[in-house]
Formats: sequence, structure tokens, C-alpha cells
Amino acid sequence: MEVIQLLISGVSQGCVYGLIALGFVLIYKATEMVNFAQGDIMMIGAFIAFTFINLLGWPFIWGFLAAVTVMGLLGALTERLLLRPMIGEPHFAVLMLTIGLGFVLRTIAGERWGSEPKTLDLPWGSAVWRFGDVTVGGDDLAVVGGTLALCGLLYLFFRFTRLGIAMQAASQNQLAAFYVGIPVKRVFGLVWALAAVLAACAGVLAPGGVIDPNIGFIGIKAFAAAIVGGLGSLPGAIIGGLLVGLSEQFAGRYLWPGFSDVSAYVLLLAMLMIRPEGLFAAMQQKKV
Amino acid sequence: MRFIRKTSYAQDIDLFKHNGQRFWYGILALAVLLAPLGLDRFLLGEMALVYIYAIAGVGLMLLVGYTGQVSLGHAAFLAIGAYCHAWLLNQGWPFPLALAAATGFSGVVGIAVGIPALRMTGIYLAVATLAFLVIVEQVLSHWVSVTGGFRGMPVPKAELGIDLSAPVAFYYLCLLALFLSMVAALNWLRSPTGRAMAAVRDSETSAESMGIHIAYTKTLAFGISAAFTGLAGGLFAHKIGYLAPDAFTLATSIQLLLLVVVGGLGSMHGVIYGAIFIGLLPQGIALVRDAAPPAVSQIPGLEAGVFGLILVLFLIYEPDGLYGRWRKIRLFFEEFPLYRRATHKRQKTYLRTERLR
Repeated sequence: MEVIQLLISGVSQGCVYGLIALGFVLIYKATEMVNFAQGDIMMIGAFIAFTFINLLGWPFIWGFLAAVTVMGLLGALTERLLLRPMIGEPHFAVLMLTIGLGFVLRTIAGERWGSEPKTLDLPWGSAVWRFGDVTVGGDDLAVVGGTLALCGLLYLFFRFTRLGIAMQAASQNQLAAFYVGIPVKRVFGLVWALAAVLAACAGVLAPGGVIDPNIGFIGIKAFAAAIVGGLGSLPGAIIGGLLVGLSEQFAGRYLWPGFSDVSAYVLLLAMLMIRPEGLFAAMQQKKV
Repeated sequence: MRFIRKTSYAQDIDLFKHNGQRFWYGILALAVLLAPLGLDRFLLGEMALVYIYAIAGVGLMLLVGYTGQVSLGHAAFLAIGAYCHAWLLNQGWPFPLALAAATGFSGVVGIAVGIPALRMTGIYLAVATLAFLVIVEQVLSHWVSVTGGFRGMPVPKAELGIDLSAPVAFYYLCLLALFLSMVAALNWLRSPTGRAMAAVRDSETSAESMGIHIAYTKTLAFGISAAFTGLAGGLFAHKIGYLAPDAFTLATSIQLLLLVVVGGLGSMHGVIYGAIFIGLLPQGIALVRDAAPPAVSQIPGLEAGVFGLILVLFLIYEPDGLYGRWRKIRLFFEEFPLYRRATHKRQKTYLRTERLR
């Protein structure tokens, strides 16, 4: 029974990691930039949803849609203002820039919404179902369902829409995409918008619904998840997220205390040593 | 504009290019040696902190600026140096021996981290070192018998005949350590290994085809870098006086990276500028905070936000850092009526993709 309980909480936490990791992977695949601020973008998304739903009292669905829209715009704006000048600069510079951006976002959130934890009003609230010894929270179901729905939507988007296919083309070969008439820069902006939207969804769906300016730190674990899954593979991001979430729960229960915080990183280091390209490799060897 | 007429091969690798440089560095040396006469205890302490940051910066600059390997985990080496030094002092080791052992131990750990890191580059390496930092943090918090866990660990006084923890003595100690580190690093950079590091940074493929052993160079760079940072950690332990795991977090690593980026990647001058910047910025922010209206001064975490903002602005507008800016200003005066803006026009750069390897 305990195992099933751990599985449930591991999967629901893993879905949050997976959603943030999806944002990392989207941006990395398309622009080859690493966005370390993804966790903090998630935090901002959660706070904007909090503003619409709790402070302005909008119904959940409208507040959620409004937050997603605002985050999409903010994502595109970030790309235009901060990342566009960095095209062609080394990875390290972009990495540092997004780390700096994360610090700035955290300060802005602390100033705007205060540093005490807030609870988002969610329609599923604290609903709990019991099956014998196992309890399933409404938030667990919401995050798993939300992740499945988003994955389905993303699949349809990348498979069937013009924009989705243009994004795939831009991420496979920028120059070739440019030659066939895809506005690569605008596509990059849209990729950032999409990643910010995913982050906002993760922020709203995260189990517990508690938000404070420091929740963005789970972005680092989500990054570990993205690498475990293979940076550059969308299904890999979700699977990596699930692995990290599960390993965290089980390590916290069966290994010594304090190990649950490190397990994501141990998993990451082990993966980097055994198979540095991740579970679903997106890198190829180049012959010189 | 000064033209140097070279009459011997030694001039090519001379640390000082001409007598003008010798003169100005002499003045600087005199100024820092005589500083304790004119400064009060607080400012001396701040300057000692700047020197400590600069020593750690030398280590990180060798790795990031010269070998091209990014590390987000240097706070871990700082912590290892600090804890190792304090623990050895508590065991009754004499001060210089403990400091040397802490430096050496950090270097060994650096080599141990460097070997698995050989298989990674760029972003993967940054994340692996970050993972290393988190693991070291957890070890520091949970290995209570050695590190004292969250309760922390007192650092004994540094004594060597005289009390080295007194402000003036500590100032000279840090100055001496910085001087030795700087000379060692500069000499190392003009040795074959140092040149090999720069070659690895610029292109691994071409370095390898010139006969450079990449694995050896990278591992050595990691080890030396960690050793310098460990030395800084040992001194830092005396500076803060009481060690706790929360003094060495990701924020510390970022601060060190901020140091090398703001100072200017790939220059030893940059280390000093960056260290001054990092060391004095908190004081500057505190001053502004006092003067600012309460709406601004009560923002929680303002300092981290300002650090982040400065990092972002430097990366976008002046990737060469403070030292790059200074070189531009100097060139303007050297060529005064003939200076052309386009000299420093940024060239179009192309990303070297990491997806194909």
C-alpha cells in the first residue's frame, strides 16, 4: 500500500517536473539556449494566476486562461528584449543571463506579492478520495490529467499545425528553415511564449497550490529531469520528470533522511556518467 | 601610442611589457602595502574580503576564462577548503600546514570531479558541477561529527607566533596569498600547460590535432582551479569566523561567476576588477537602501535582484566586462584625435553548436 501511495505522489510531483522540463526542452531544441529561469517563470505564472483568481475573484477557468495568455506575452517579450541580442553568443553567456533573470524575477515577485506563502483557490481544493489505505488528492488527479492533456495538445500542435511544423523545422536546422521562408526569429519568440505557457500551467497545477517567490528553485530539479530524459527530446522530458519525482519519493522513504533532496542530482550525475546524452538521445556524433 | 622595440626573446613572455607598467604596478604595490596606515578596521576587513574573492576568482578565471569549462559548483570547493582548514586547525595542526593541506585537498577533490567531467561540455558540465555542489551541501549539513551540521563549526584563530586574525595582520596575510596566487597563475598561463588550456578553450578539435592531451589539460585545470578556490576558502573561514552550510550555496557560486563575467572573461586584470565589484557591491547597495524611500528599501531579497540585473546588463551590453571597457577607454586616449568607434564594433558571432559532437 505504501508503495502505491509513494507511486501516486511521485507521479504527481514528477508531472510538475516534466511540465517545466518540457519548457526547457522546447527552448533548447528550437534556439539551443538554456533557460535556467524556467522555474522562476513558473513561479511568476502561479502568482499571476493567484492575482486573477484570488485577488480579482475571477472564476478559475477564466483566471487560468488569462494567466496563461499573460505568461505567453511575457515569454515572447523576454525573448525579444533579453535573448534576441544574445543570438550567436556562447551557451555559457545565455546560461548566466537566464540565471540573472531568475534572480530578478524572484525579487520582483517578492516586491509585488510578498514573500509569505500563498494558497491558490483551486476548484478541486483539498478533495481527497480514499481507496483502502491509499489516498488520492484532487490535485494529484488534476496535475496528471493536465499533463496528459497538455502532452496530447502539444502532439497535435507539432504534428498538424503550420506553426508547429515551422517550429520543428526551425529547431532541426535554422539555416534551412530560414531559406524555405520560415520567419525563424518570430518562431523563436513563439517558442519562448509556448514555454512560458507550459510553465504557467505547471505553476497552477503543482500539487498543494502553495506559492511563494522561492518555488522556482524546483526548476533546477526539473532541469536535471530534462537532462536525464535527454535534452532535446519532448517525451524524454516527461519521462525524466517522472523518474526524478519517483526517485525523490522513494529515496526519502527508504534511504536516509535528507537524501530526497539530493536524489535528483545523484540520478543526474549517474546518468551523465553512464549515458551523457540522456535516455532519448537527440545528439549525434560529428565526424571531423 | 607606445611602440615597444623588442631586443630579446624574453621580452615576448615578460610579465611587464615596459617600464611604464613597472612604474604603475610599483605604485599600486606601495598603495596596498601602506593601506593599513590610512584605513580603519572596517575598510581593512572589506579589502581583505576583496582579496579573498580575488583568490577564488583567480581559480574560477583559470577554469572558465582560460580553459572554457563552466562550473556552477565552485562554492563547493570554497566550502571544502574552509571546512577542511577549520577542521585541521581544530585537530591542532599549525596554521600554514592546515592551509596548505586544505588547498591540496580541494585540488584533489577538483581532480576527482574533473575526471568524470571530461565527458561533458558546456551546459552538461555546468549542471554536473551544480549537482556536485548540492551533494556537497547535503554532506556538510548531515555529516555532523565533522562539520557540526546546521549548528555550524567555530573557526579557531589563526596564529603563527603572532595573532594572524587581527585586522592588520589578516590584511597582510590575504594580500600575500593573493600576490602569490596571482604570480603563480600568471606564470602558469605563459607555460606550455597554460597555453594548452587556451587552445582547449578555443577549439578542442584543433588542440587535439596539435598534440595536446585534452583529458590531462582539463583535469589539471579543474584541479588547479579548485586548489585556488580552496585556498580562498581557508582564508574565508577566518573572515566569517563561524562555518555553516548556508554560507556556501548556489548563490555563492553565482557570485563567483558574476565576478569573472563582470571583471572580464579571459583576463587576470578582470579578476581584480570583478573582486572589487563583488566585494563592495553589498556595501553600495546598503548605502543606497538607506537613502532610498521605504517602498524600495524594504523589498526582500533586493541584493540578489540587483546582482542578477547587473549580470544581465553586462552580458548583453559589455560581454568583455569591466576590463574590456577599460581597454576601450584607454585606447580612446592613446589614439586621441584618431580614435575610431568602429575599432570595437562587435563582430557577428556564430554559435558553435553542441548538438553535433
